[in-house]
Amino acid sequence: MIEVNDLHKSFGDAHILKGITTTFDKGKTNLVIGQSGSGKTVFLKCLLGLFNYESGSISYDGKIFSKLSEDDKRNLRAEIGMVFQGSALFDSMTIAENVMFPLRMFTKQSKSEMHDRVDFVLKRVNLEGAHHKMPSEASGGMQKRVAIARAIVNNPKYLFCDEPNSGLDPKTAIVIDNLIQEITDEYQITTVINSHDMNSVMEIGEKIVFLKDGLKAWEGSNKTIFRTDNKSVTDFVYSSNLFKKVRKMYLEENE
Amino acid sequence: MLYLQDIGTYFLMIVEMFRKPTKWSVMKQLILKDIDDLIIGSLGIVAFISFFVGGVVTIQTALNIDNPLIPRYLVGFATRQSIVLEFAPTFMSIIMAGKVGSFITSSIGTMRVTEQIDALEVMGINSLNYLVFPKYIALMLYPFVISISMFLGILGGMAACVFGGFSSPDDYLIGIQTDFTPFHVTYAFIKTFVFAFLLATIPSFHGYYMKGGALEVGKASTTSFVWTSVFIILLNYLLTQMLLS
Repeated sequence: MIEVNDLHKSFGDAHILKGITTTFDKGKTNLVIGQSGSGKTVFLKCLLGLFNYESGSISYDGKIFSKLSEDDKRNLRAEIGMVFQGSALFDSMTIAENVMFPLRMFTKQSKSEMHDRVDFVLKRVNLEGAHHKMPSEASGGMQKRVAIARAIVNNPKYLFCDEPNSGLDPKTAIVIDNLIQEITDEYQITTVINSHDMNSVMEIGEKIVFLKDGLKAWEGSNKTIFRTDNKSVTDFVYSSNLFKKVRKMYLEENE
Repeated sequence: MLYLQDIGTYFLMIVEMFRKPTKWSVMKQLILKDIDDLIIGSLGIVAFISFFVGGVVTIQTALNIDNPLIPRYLVGFATRQSIVLEFAPTFMSIIMAGKVGSFITSSIGTMRVTEQIDALEVMGINSLNYLVFPKYIALMLYPFVISISMFLGILGGMAACVFGGFSSPDDYLIGIQTDFTPFHVTYAFIKTFVFAFLLATIPSFHGYYMKGGALEVGKASTTSFVWTSVFIILLNYLLTQMLLS
């Protein structure tokens, strides 16, 4: 479980995060949603330790990140998997080498053990036979799946995804969403996903945190988001006529 | 103020580069790859430029000697001094700032833009040690490139001398052995080691700390070339003053 308490972050005079308090549960897909510029990416980068924050605290299963020694921080980071928005695969390595990278860096496994593990995770993300391709030869959806494989290869306790569906067609986006949810459930990972994809919100949002102007404006799940009367949330989530109709039908059916 | 901040960041980067070392089995491969990219990959252009510039130095020297009292072996002597003292270590380093420096800046800068450096940091890897340290170690072989440049420059001079009819091979060979001071070679290699350090670190600094997108990668490459050249010229002056005067 990840607990965030009164998190503040500024860049110069711009106060980006204005005291966010929330928790992200183990074995659940936790979504952070909000408009562009609401502070989602800054929040995620603070969680990952890529940005220092002015005040507040972030704790990973009771361990407060800012109070850890450098070695403990490094050990904690080895338990984190991250899927970046642009996949962030290493250009100079093949797909298999990309996936193997965390194993080479953090484990003492033999080559054959590492190859077996890479085969297993690539199969898990439906990428058998793509071992020797370079990232530039893979489609956007494949690159995202490689990024997920690299993120989970070392059995992380925490998985972070920054807009994993951006730039993908709707069908591939659903495949990626389902894959993340299955992996979260299967390995009981604490997963935090930054998204503004409404399909993801409805499909896999077991917990949803809505940010607006650097503040937590609402918290709930894909079940409760239909019933909320929080205007900021309804304006954002049901901004399209299609989603307005979906919400209306849901509420009529469940009354 | 911004320049002072950049200078401070540069020195902090150098300190950080030596901390939290990457696993040796991984580092070994990175060093070998960088030796291939930065050293072996530069040999062709170094050989080509050195041979022909050596030839041009010889022709220019020969054409400017019109006094019959000046011995013909002076052509070889002047070529050797020009190549060993300045052309190979300094001029070649400025060329390498363009070739190797812009490669380092653009490759690290692209990694920054595409969040590959963030990916390393999230994994708990010291990205500066992972990216910059192997380049620094690879460029410690740079004197090897410069010794090839010296040899080919002098050989190019001899070829120009012989084929252009400016002096005989014997005169040229006497010239390159005349008044030879071994310390001049030591001086050249001291400069080379210093320039190798600059070639590894200044372009890495500009790539690692760049902000923006693809356009900024291009701008960072240009800026890194300019600053690497400036510091090579400045340190060349200081080292020459300290070691030869």
